[in-house]
Amino acid sequence: MPKFIEVGLLEDIPQLGSRVIETDQGRIAIFRTSDDEVFALADACPHKGGPLSQGIVHGKRVTCPMHNWVFELQSGEAVAPDEACAARYPVQLESGKIYLSLEK
Amino acid sequence: MREKLVLVGNGMAGMRTIEELLEIAPDQYDITVFGAEPYGNYNRILLSPVLAGEKTINDIMLNDEQWYKEKNITLHKGRWITEIDRKNKIVKTADGLEAAYDRLLLGTGSNPFIIPVPGSDLTGVISFRDIADVDAMLDASTSKKHAVVIGGGLLGLEAANGLKLQGMSVTVVHITKTLMERQLDKTAGKMLQQSLEARGLHFLMAHETEAIIGEDRVKAVRFKNGLEIAADLVVMAVGIRPNIDLAKSAGIYCERGVVVNDTMQTYDPSIYAVGECVQHRGQAYGLVAPLFEQAKVCANHLAKYGIARYEGSVTSTKLKVTGIDLFSAGDFLGDDDCEEIILQDPASGVYKKLVLKNNKIKGAVMYGDTIDGAWYFQLLRDGTDVSDFRQSLMYGKSHLGDSGHGGQDAAAAMSDDMEVCGCNGVCKGDIVKAISSKGLFTLDDVRSHTKASNSCGSCTGLVEQILASTLGGDYSAATKAKPVCKCTDHSHEEVRQVIRENKLITIPSVFQFMEWRNKDGCHVCRPAVNYYLLSSWPAECTDDYQSRFINERVHANIQKDGTYSVVPRMWGGITNPTELRAIADVAEKFSVPTVKVTGGQRIDLLGVKKEDLPAMWKDLNAAGMVSGHAYGKSLRTVKTCVGKEHCRFGTQFSISMGAHLEKMTWGSWMPHKFKMAVSGCPRNCAEATIKDFGIVAVESGWELHVGGNGGVKVRATDLLCKVKTDEEVEEYCYAFIQLYREQAHYLERTAPWIERVGLSYVTKTIVDDEQQRKALAQRFLESQTYVQNDPWRERASEGVHEHEFKPLAVIAG
Repeated sequence: MPKFIEVGLLEDIPQLGSRVIETDQGRIAIFRTSDDEVFALADACPHKGGPLSQGIVHGKRVTCPMHNWVFELQSGEAVAPDEACAARYPVQLESGKIYLSLEK
Repeated sequence: MREKLVLVGNGMAGMRTIEELLEIAPDQYDITVFGAEPYGNYNRILLSPVLAGEKTINDIMLNDEQWYKEKNITLHKGRWITEIDRKNKIVKTADGLEAAYDRLLLGTGSNPFIIPVPGSDLTGVISFRDIADVDAMLDASTSKKHAVVIGGGLLGLEAANGLKLQGMSVTVVHITKTLMERQLDKTAGKMLQQSLEARGLHFLMAHETEAIIGEDRVKAVRFKNGLEIAADLVVMAVGIRPNIDLAKSAGIYCERGVVVNDTMQTYDPSIYAVGECVQHRGQAYGLVAPLFEQAKVCANHLAKYGIARYEGSVTSTKLKVTGIDLFSAGDFLGDDDCEEIILQDPASGVYKKLVLKNNKIKGAVMYGDTIDGAWYFQLLRDGTDVSDFRQSLMYGKSHLGDSGHGGQDAAAAMSDDMEVCGCNGVCKGDIVKAISSKGLFTLDDVRSHTKASNSCGSCTGLVEQILASTLGGDYSAATKAKPVCKCTDHSHEEVRQVIRENKLITIPSVFQFMEWRNKDGCHVCRPAVNYYLLSSWPAECTDDYQSRFINERVHANIQKDGTYSVVPRMWGGITNPTELRAIADVAEKFSVPTVKVTGGQRIDLLGVKKEDLPAMWKDLNAAGMVSGHAYGKSLRTVKTCVGKEHCRFGTQFSISMGAHLEKMTWGSWMPHKFKMAVSGCPRNCAEATIKDFGIVAVESGWELHVGGNGGVKVRATDLLCKVKTDEEVEEYCYAFIQLYREQAHYLERTAPWIERVGLSYVTKTIVDDEQQRKALAQRFLESQTYVQNDPWRERASEGVHEHEFKPLAVIAG
């Protein structure tokens, strides 16, 4: 069972937006969809390291601001035809609080 | 229970329809496909390169059997449907298999036409239509010597070229005097014949076949003039006929082809048809682009969206013979009311002819240099009035000033390892390989798979050429009313119109009103719609920051390492010791690694950490500086020369004019970045004639220039007009900006916008119509009242969007 750490409130992240968690493993981006679901990916695009947290969120996807690669928030997989996978982290939402695990 | 869809014909048109359908309604049908050939679905237009030995059958498979399995499609290959029982909605194969349908799709293609001369049924007489024909030809080439190809059209010449490359001696027989006479005029036809003769092909022009001679196997071909030549293999390539046997036997109304309406529906409402078997508005098509357009429309109706219409296609042709560059489209012969523009340079093997009628392109033939084929074809399809650029029309779109692709303009002459796209490092070979191995047909396909021409776009013409020469020219070229993105079928114009007419002021209301396919849109449409809302309803609409690209969200320019750059505004390029001191101070205080002078006469602080931005802005604000919007689709700089203020040649005060215009126009959101310059005399030291709006002072007043661009594609401005007073300069400037803001597509610079709408339109609206000009200028000034708040101050001192600049949490190890 991964260990979850409380990292903030849902309302701290704008809808269709993202915030960064700084960890000793590097930055992790937490995303909030328009349906108030949350997802977490390593904040480095597997293509050229762009900060995914700075991208535009749409549906359950984010577009990297560097070269417009699109990633599935749920799986971290790049949307075809691009091929790559961003590391994802388990994240939970309970009564408005966000909990993150650092175990990929 | 899902409805049942049956496709008869496992060819390109039918399967493209299925693919389009799966894209928009993946779960609507249980799909069954019947194909007479014993393969998956392959790219028939690439059979020529297979014959030429440049590709293998595996290279040209579009969907292998595994694909059908993954998509849960039942594929019956090698099985002929011989009967449609329309009453019970069942199809039957020759060997007794039955399949029920709710919707039936006919994609039965066409049959090669075999000239009914004696001996046409001999062994060794074949057509050029499918893999089996190619196998037969390859087989013959190993043991036989003489091949005769009857038909000097597209297909015949490709077959002849392939057989020659396989080592046979090849004679092409053609009934008229001009090769490909349906696509080429005499001159181009002759040039083509000469190039092919240089490759060792023989031609018998104006020869009509009388008989094919032989006992079991073909031995010779005899012509009506009595000539007889030896032949071990005869390829009939004289045309195709829609294959309507099945439809006809089921009582579906057919003429030359299966007759369909604009929704691709036959006279039986449950039965649709696409591809070469179809006759639409009296036309049958044998090229791939129209078939794909039909497929898209048909899928739309099968998915029960019911909004698309097929209205016929204009086609273009390209010969797939490696090393020969040839392009033809439309009515290339013209009639008495047409005019011709011809460029002929025999020494370099170039011939280009454009046929115009009422200043619109009606047809084009090009030989030797086809890079502008796609552009002419687009002008032809869109019916663009070319009078504004008629003088330079013949020299093409991709002429001087393009950068990024090594000056190459003839894709055919490039070797596989030559770089096409200098931004993304894509070579010709990569593109050709992707096109054939991944089954790509459109520019967008190639862009998303290879990234070629996906960044600056300067190599677009080359990529289109490669696509055209790989696929035979008739790939699906973009049409005028391009949808905003994959989330919708609506064009930029339609979105804008709906926003204005219905006074929509939020993105969700636009998406709902226009039935967007997904509720949040995507990174392409959201910024565009946000811009259209802001520019249409500046007072009412609230900016949606989550729909802005990061740079405009945080008012700084993201760099490759995730840091940002900060460029404070310097009005007209003028600064002073206080500002410079403040810049030096922040550079030290925040350990800015790079300080650079920009091309727009200001100073760039590069490598700033995101969390330092607000504090740095606060210091810059304190010295009186504001955001330079160096990151925005907005007014960038107003570059000036020193002008009459200091220069001995200066005729007007260019610095103060520039500074004033910048003060008036900063903060305004635009479709794309917008640059201005003011030069104090015609020496034009501020380089105003490559700016979006350039002003050049003359003794008697000011020249106003528009639509320039110094980037990827250098474009000098067009002269809009000359004015006398400073007030006029202002009014024209605001009116021009506003017209651009209201009419250009999002992400369209002024240069392509002016080329699209025409300079005469801009002149008519702004110069000739004083009332319009004043109204536009007024609307611009009104919208400026809502945006001239320094975004840096809002974030540095007023707490706007604090969340952007702080991590949500820090987790220590």
